[in-house]
Amino acid sequence: MHTNTVTRRRLMQGSGGLLITFSLAAAFRQLDVAGQEATPTIAPELPEASVTPTVEPGLVATPENQTQQDVQTRNVTGDTVDSWLEIDADGNVTVFSGKVELGTGLRTALSQIVAEELDVPFARITMIMGDTALTPDQGTTAGSKSIQVAGPVLRQAAAEARLILLTRASERLGVPADELQIQEGVISAIGDEGASVPYGELVAEPFEREVTGEAPEKPPASYTIVGQSIDRVDIPPKLTGGEAYVQDLRLDGMLHGRVVRPFVRTMEGVGATLESFDDSAAREMAGVVQVVRNGNFIGVVAEREEQAIAAAQAIKAEWTFGDPLPALNQIHDLLREMPANAGEGGEIVRNGDVEGALGFASRTLEATYNFASQAHAMMGPSCAVADVRPDGATIYTQSQNVFSQGRTLANLLGLAPEQVHTIFREGSGCYGHSGFDDVAADAALLSQAAGRPVRVQWMRADEFAWEPKSPPMTMDLRGGLDNEGNIIAWDYEVWTPTHNTRPAGEASKVLAGQLIDPPAPMFEVSYGGGDRNAPTNYAFPNNRVTVHWIETPPLRPSALRSLGGLANATANELFMDEMAAAAGADPVEFRLRHLYDPRAIEVITQAAETAGWETRPSGPSATPVADGGLLTGRGIAFARYETEYAYAAVVAEVEVDPGNGNVRVTRVVVGHDCGLIINPDGLTNQIEGNVIQGTSRALKEEVTWDDHLVTSLDWSGYHILTFPEIPVIEVALIDRPEEDALGAGEPAICPVPAAIGNAIFDATGARMRVLPFTPERVLEALASAPTA
Amino acid sequence: MTLLRQGGLEITVNGQSHMVEATPETPLLYVLRNELELNAAKFGCGLSQCGACTVHVDGEAVPSCIYPVGDAAGKQVTTLEGLGTAEQPHPIQQAFLDEQAAQCGYCIPGMMMKAAAFLDQNDQPSETEIRQALSGNLCRCGTHVRIIRAVQRAAGSPA
Repeated sequence: MHTNTVTRRRLMQGSGGLLITFSLAAAFRQLDVAGQEATPTIAPELPEASVTPTVEPGLVATPENQTQQDVQTRNVTGDTVDSWLEIDADGNVTVFSGKVELGTGLRTALSQIVAEELDVPFARITMIMGDTALTPDQGTTAGSKSIQVAGPVLRQAAAEARLILLTRASERLGVPADELQIQEGVISAIGDEGASVPYGELVAEPFEREVTGEAPEKPPASYTIVGQSIDRVDIPPKLTGGEAYVQDLRLDGMLHGRVVRPFVRTMEGVGATLESFDDSAAREMAGVVQVVRNGNFIGVVAEREEQAIAAAQAIKAEWTFGDPLPALNQIHDLLREMPANAGEGGEIVRNGDVEGALGFASRTLEATYNFASQAHAMMGPSCAVADVRPDGATIYTQSQNVFSQGRTLANLLGLAPEQVHTIFREGSGCYGHSGFDDVAADAALLSQAAGRPVRVQWMRADEFAWEPKSPPMTMDLRGGLDNEGNIIAWDYEVWTPTHNTRPAGEASKVLAGQLIDPPAPMFEVSYGGGDRNAPTNYAFPNNRVTVHWIETPPLRPSALRSLGGLANATANELFMDEMAAAAGADPVEFRLRHLYDPRAIEVITQAAETAGWETRPSGPSATPVADGGLLTGRGIAFARYETEYAYAAVVAEVEVDPGNGNVRVTRVVVGHDCGLIINPDGLTNQIEGNVIQGTSRALKEEVTWDDHLVTSLDWSGYHILTFPEIPVIEVALIDRPEEDALGAGEPAICPVPAAIGNAIFDATGARMRVLPFTPERVLEALASAPTA
Repeated sequence: MTLLRQGGLEITVNGQSHMVEATPETPLLYVLRNELELNAAKFGCGLSQCGACTVHVDGEAVPSCIYPVGDAAGKQVTTLEGLGTAEQPHPIQQAFLDEQAAQCGYCIPGMMMKAAAFLDQNDQPSETEIRQALSGNLCRCGTHVRIIRAVQRAAGSPA
């Protein structure tokens, strides 16, 4: 793996003028958090290799324990500086973030932003994340929007705090504020460092100031902490058995719970009614404290975890199912026939006259693409710990939104919202709306019944059955070329369920709320996410995008990494390649000729150059056959996240075995531009994850079901990429310090499947139009390929 | 299996002897996590399919989610906590830190236990051998390239 960082600012400015009142040496002393020698590595000449200062907090530096605050005194409105950060007499800074760490490095990156803007050493930052009593409500931590949206909020709060501190220091020292400088949290007079005062001596009184949004922010050219590959602060406890996860919580008197229900999750619940129920054996089992039944909600609590598991298995429950699920093997055809919401969707893009342009195009193409339903497939099943008392509840949760979860659970439990204290704890990486809200509801109901704290962790089959899924989608494309091989018409039509059913307070959005008697009123579906990246960034003179929002998805859908952006970017970029081939054009050149945005052009160029892209039309006649009869090829794809945020271009190289249809992705190169880079190594880690998860979803992943139940219930039924299948990954970062920092948790996944599909075409001549690209589908495509 | 008293079972974990109350057929994982309060081994599948629960029994990497605690009696059980600590990390832990080889990190203790047992058998592995050795350990975040680098780094450092 190689990382290249091209720093545009430095290219333009050279090595001078990087700093204003903050010396480089002082900046790196700030980073020297473990008493080890920290080496500045900002190279004077450019372009340069990745900026990776040797900052090693070591395994011991893990200040992740959330402080016990007097919850009554905290202002969590987010309106004031104090609601975002506090500084103690020792100069240590506590930051209160409504956004949470999901294993993406957000805690570290946001801490860098605050340390930078406040001019304090990184190690002095402690961050409390996601606590309804302590932190402002910043909504859901999702959508690749935390750095993008929450970063500027914390930066402004820190700038405001620094301004107040400068004012106070000016009064204390009798020196005008514009004659003061700040180094490592100490304010001193320029030219007279004897006249100095540390932050800790200026914070006897709270800031008591609203965030005006007008405090001056440091110019990015002066950054010494933002832009550095500081080691992630959440990693050390994860490597040493620390209490790093909600799964690791052990409250006094805590019981263990499990729930019993059919292995399926529909919009309405489980699509079944409890017909008969016998808990006589379970109630007699060792350690069982209580079997809980409320309508169709069944659970058991026991003293020990294995006892709860055994008792849940001993409960005999028979269910009567309603209508069968739509047939898996026809699901994409059935999507077209399902009722579509009349009020939403329709044409979301209409430029020019698509039908007219198709009519006079010198060549037209059309194709249909299908994308399977896929799972979040967290490594650790969803877990929560709930302590529900008659007068209030405390919930420890891995939810992406503790605030809305608190409101939802209050409704479920019959408590007032202010009676539910919801506290974030990390869980297994979720990549979107998995089962965490549902398991918290399970734990809460069981705790309410038992009157003791209850920990519930779903079993493996529970997770695969009950987590909301990325829904199946189908996409039709038509395109027209003029006689010079340029696209003059592009017509895109997608059939998709909503990709967002996150709870916003409705108890029916958690599974338990749909099972209790009476069930919570059915939530109103809001349509979103399925149209992401349906519009492209290409300049097509005649362009139409039509969205059909399916009202009756087979399984409960919700957000999975990039939502509909993955399927839509895949369809668009697979078809773009088909158009390039029809035009006899090189796929890189063909894309570039339809783009005007210089950042889009540069990210594609960067990926192609890094990959050593050979300019030629794709197709098997031009590609060599490897040893053993394997066919090799390369493909490219590009997407801008949600068509308007970070840019990612992906080159994939594959080997295809025409005998058995196996595809091996051997190398993936990513060009990536998310504006200002906060932490290059953390960013690279995220991009690598996007590549691997994207490759896995392109080649292997498919949720399956029968008439009534999900059948992909374990890792033998739901396959993900394994070590021998992992490609070599190269990431080419484009840093733009003068631009806003854009989220990077999801953009790079979007082009991955299409790059692979296009590489398969280059290798074999077969067009892949159904995902995942399983060996069976590759063989099928090979059989119908004109050149196979 | 050593039955010292009814319902009592003696196992040795990280060099220390413990009396535990679990029945002998109880998966070792639940005893480690809930009775001994050791966090590193994780529940991932309960089916020996993912490797998140990997510990060492007499030096061999085993899935503790299906390993009966009774079978551990008289043997040496080692968890990640016994391999190294925050203050004195094992080379494999230091290597994972140096490579920043974690995203959510949930699978990582099992990865390190599997890798440590593998490196005990093969201290100069090829990349292909590392990939093969870890093929039964799943990671959903996609941290694989860093994990491979960390194992390579650990292979080059004195144990």
